[in-house]
Amino acid sequence: MMSLFDYFSRKKNNTASIAKERLQVIVAHERRQNKQPDYLAALQKDIMEVIKKYVDIDIDSIEVQLDNHGNFSVLELNVTLPDKLPAAKTGNSR
Amino acid sequence: MAKIIVVTSGKGGVGKTTTSSAICTGLALRGHKTAVIDFDIGLRNLDLIMNCERRVVYDFVNVINEEATLKQALIKDKRCENLFILPASQTRDKDALTKEGVERVLNELKDMGFEYIICDSPAGIEHGAFMALYFADEAIVVANPEVSSVRDSDRILGILQSKSRKAEQGERVIEHLLITRYDPHRVARGEMLGVADVEEILATKLLGVIPECQSVLKASNQGVPVIHDTESKAGKAYADAVARLLGEQVEHRFLNPEHKSFFQRLFRRTA
Ligand SMILES: Nc1ncnc2c1ncn2[C@@H]1O[C@H](COP(=O)(O)OP(=O)(O)OP(=O)(O)O)[C@@H](O)[C@H]1O
Ligand SMILES: [Mg+2]
Repeated sequence: MMSLFDYFSRKKNNTASIAKERLQVIVAHERRQNKQPDYLAALQKDIMEVIKKYVDIDIDSIEVQLDNHGNFSVLELNVTLPDKLPAAKTGNSR
Repeated sequence: MAKIIVVTSGKGGVGKTTTSSAICTGLALRGHKTAVIDFDIGLRNLDLIMNCERRVVYDFVNVINEEATLKQALIKDKRCENLFILPASQTRDKDALTKEGVERVLNELKDMGFEYIICDSPAGIEHGAFMALYFADEAIVVANPEVSSVRDSDRILGILQSKSRKAEQGERVIEHLLITRYDPHRVARGEMLGVADVEEILATKLLGVIPECQSVLKASNQGVPVIHDTESKAGKAYADAVARLLGEQVEHRFLNPEHKSFFQRLFRRTA
């Protein structure tokens, strides 16, 4: 439900809705991360070191996540490689 | 049975001390024997808001180190019969707070017949904030309608339910969300997160909404907790929050912009 007044004020510059969307993303991400075991951060760093031998990437381009599915867990590894690969060995691992 | 309630936020400067002083005063005014503890070791703000800074002789750390008894350190509030303040020390090392020491003081307060023990947490998620929340039965999480504050509140909520004593015992700390410095005009203009947005993101039961209000600074200038200012919006909103904390059903007020009449505007100008 939106009043006419809300409609016009929304049109201009609704930074509150941007704030809300950003928060939903951050909070969901952080909640997932908080449930992760402590070794994941170290694992992520080690994987980065290995990949760095071949391609120049930074820590943000690697995402390691452990998902619990009842009696089994899935370790998901997501590496985003830079657009221009020097030796173009691989694509995105996803 | 005494209830230990921590007032916490993660982010600094959002209104924890203002809230602690208002809530403890409100509970005492409602007839409950209440103690408020300043966990902000090294800074010490609560005594200023409560206007007892010149009566501080011994502090929380003195009691923990057994340099003074709890009775010697507790300061009786001048305005409320049932209210006592345990001030923080100004100079000492933050690590002076030990789990054993804090637990001993809390147990002693319970034995003295206090019904409510309010713990004013320092900002951050370090040792002092952890000590303030560890023994809590309930938590008032103070948030401003703003991205970094809401995010920090979410982190604190996570810590409450994973690191507190209640969590260690497989129980839950009862959570209350208190949104402060709320400006309904800015919310209506889409410049500020609304109550429903913050509530939805944090998924925590709303205890109250305290509007941005000039009376808060006025109160802190004078050293009178704002809840004593029964004419002010913030004072009324805090009184409502205390009633809800005591289990009463009270409608939320001051959520929408007030449309002032022409005469009201005229008189506000000249007043
Ligand atoms: N509802 C309000 N309206 C206007 N000003 C407010 C309101 N609540 C708090 N303030 C102001 O915000 C400032 C910070 O408040 P306060 O000291 O209570 O925050 P805090 O969370 O205890 O800070 P810290 O993290 O440093 O301990 C103070 O100047 C206070 O007057
Ligand atoms: Mg404070």
